[in-house]
Amino acid sequence: MERNQLQRQVALKRSSLFEQQFLDPQQFVQLEDLEDDANPNFVEEIVTLFYKDSARLFQKIEQTMQSRPIDFGKLDDYMHQFKGSSSSIGAIKVKNECSQFKEFCLAGNAEGCFWAFQRVKQEHHTLRIQLESYFQLRKQAGLVRHV
Amino acid sequence: MESSFSSPRNDSFPAGLRVLVVDDDPTWLKILEKMLKKCSYEVTTCGLAREALNLLREKKDGYDIVVSDVNMPDMDGFKLLEHVGLEMDLPVIMMSVDGETSRVMKGVQHGACDYLLKPIRMKELRNIWQHVFRKKIHEIRDIESHESIEGIQLIRNGSDQYDEGYFFSAEDLTSSRKRKDVDNKYDDKDFSDCSSTKKARVVWSVDLHQKFVKAVHQIGFDKVGPKKILDLMNVPWLTRENVASHLQKYRLYLSRLQKENDIKSSFGGTKHSDYSSKDLQGILSVQNSINIQQNDVAHGSYRFSGNNLVAQNADPKSNEGDIKGIVSEPVAEPKKGTTSNIPDSQKTRSSQMDFNSSYTETKKGLVGNVPHSQKIRSSQMCVNHSFASVESEVNLTAFDSTIPATYSWNQIQLEKEHKPLIQLNNGFSKPPLPGPQHHFQADQLQSIPSISSRPSIPGGDVTGSSKSKPSYSEYTNHHGSCVSPTISPTISPTISATDSFPGQTKSCVVDHQVSETISTSTSNMKNQGINLSIDLESAQRNLILGSTSPFASLDDEFQICWYQGDCYGMNLELQNIEFSECTDPTHVTEVPAHLYDALRFEYPCDPSEYCVLDQGLFIA
Repeated sequence: MERNQLQRQVALKRSSLFEQQFLDPQQFVQLEDLEDDANPNFVEEIVTLFYKDSARLFQKIEQTMQSRPIDFGKLDDYMHQFKGSSSSIGAIKVKNECSQFKEFCLAGNAEGCFWAFQRVKQEHHTLRIQLESYFQLRKQAGLVRHV
Repeated sequence: MESSFSSPRNDSFPAGLRVLVVDDDPTWLKILEKMLKKCSYEVTTCGLAREALNLLREKKDGYDIVVSDVNMPDMDGFKLLEHVGLEMDLPVIMMSVDGETSRVMKGVQHGACDYLLKPIRMKELRNIWQHVFRKKIHEIRDIESHESIEGIQLIRNGSDQYDEGYFFSAEDLTSSRKRKDVDNKYDDKDFSDCSSTKKARVVWSVDLHQKFVKAVHQIGFDKVGPKKILDLMNVPWLTRENVASHLQKYRLYLSRLQKENDIKSSFGGTKHSDYSSKDLQGILSVQNSINIQQNDVAHGSYRFSGNNLVAQNADPKSNEGDIKGIVSEPVAEPKKGTTSNIPDSQKTRSSQMDFNSSYTETKKGLVGNVPHSQKIRSSQMCVNHSFASVESEVNLTAFDSTIPATYSWNQIQLEKEHKPLIQLNNGFSKPPLPGPQHHFQADQLQSIPSISSRPSIPGGDVTGSSKSKPSYSEYTNHHGSCVSPTISPTISPTISATDSFPGQTKSCVVDHQVSETISTSTSNMKNQGINLSIDLESAQRNLILGSTSPFASLDDEFQICWYQGDCYGMNLELQNIEFSECTDPTHVTEVPAHLYDALRFEYPCDPSEYCVLDQGLFIA
């Protein structure tokens, strides 16, 4: 019974992630579809990988933003990479903030970039929290098969 | 040269398709790997472009298709694309989060079979096998068209089943009907039929390629043909088809080198920053006075296969201003094996370019299917070619897309009033023009060498050699106006030197008979002229894959070259490109209709190692 409840909670959580536009259901479901016996925790692995890689990109972005003069081209490049990366898990809000950032880059607006980057990081972080709790629920509900 | 599908997985094609995925994003790499595995493909992943190239080179026949991201840290995805197309001739699919038309166009121009947008769906990946299949078919057709151009009407590829579909008469190379027949044929046939008749892919080792180049030089560029080369090479196991397709690629490569060279070298005959001028000699220079006559080029006229028409893509971002001559062939279906002869331009180009290349173009003109302006990395594309009016064939390498290839030409305004067949397209040419097929878009990056068909065109008339400027000047007309069936900005008869071009005059000899009017981007057409520069050197080097030290160093340079023109990766179909304008009627070589399809570029033989075009090709 409890298990069922948990499972329902997982489903709810998942739906809310979609509804709140944290994640794009299409992409996320695709990832879920890729889960199989060989990779039972595929989605979680991907998310983990994403966050690890994005830390690296963030660092680059920050370094570039601190250098003077600011190389907007580079910033744009890095953000482009990050945007591509975030599309892998279907992170919608994050992606939107990335686009905003890129606009500022194109305009050479340093302040705008700083501001937009904060927002990117924020959304990025929020999503992470959401996903972590989601995966946690999954484990609890026994939906995650441990190899 | 055909890749072998005779591997065991044949039975359940496309299962077991060997895919090489290249992406610097580890997350995507993992996802793609998983997705492809789910499609029952055999996946190899790679995080770096260089690594990917190494893998591909090590196992030339080890992969069927490459899927690569556009943005990669160590090498631009488009470059990788070109390399792969040149060296391995594998279908390449590009991916990116950026779906901007210009980027997509660039991809296509560089030869991508497809361009996927991230996030990528499984179903998109499932169908990538079609590109492999299509390429096979086209290879066969290409070879056959080569053969037929050579006079052999019917090519049996070792299988009678091809007969019907592949019967090409010289006149009929570009017949879409034939193409349909073939395609239909294959639709019905089990793929295994094709593969069973395929020959093993030939690996063009350095030695083999050297023999090839030597043979080409020996024969003389105006006479080169697969059979002759084959005979001279004296390699028993090599077939004419192998040589034919390699020749095609070689030409394309050279044209690209030329372009690169032109772009890089300043008009004063300076070397390309990345290349020694000598090396770049191979570039076609367009002669001033276009003497469209056969073999006009005194020595070593280069005949480039249509593919060699360099298509340069100017990246709108960076190259807005670049003028590139883009010859675009808005052919809906790229016809493989169409060749166009670029008439020889009579004259010479200014000293700077020591390139000898002449394009011969058939009336059919160049069918270039490379729309688009790409960023020209270093300099622009100066395309200098002397066009020999000899009919030559340009065989476009298999080009799946139906997007017209755009050749970048530095267009030189032909003095004639007739509309410039060349469309200058500063930006990128638009997507394939359904209309007239031959469209040259010339994006002039730099001074456009004057293409003047008239012998009388003095150097002054023509805008300087096209040296690509490092910075792309803005040209108004690009992107949208590029490829249009009708030449949008028509090249004004007068050759005006654009400010972007140095005063150098290069003669561009372009005498193409383009059936369709070539629209030239007006704004860009400052100099109207067609300049095809082909960086033969680099092309050769690349072919050799760094076999010798000089080449090795060129590897990087070559890469840059690749940026310059995208012709290499593209399948350019030259059809009926006529540059009527500058040529004097007398000079214009009328290429029989059936030859339009064939554009053969020949390059001068240069005894020096791979320095093909040492001599000034353009002979007035």
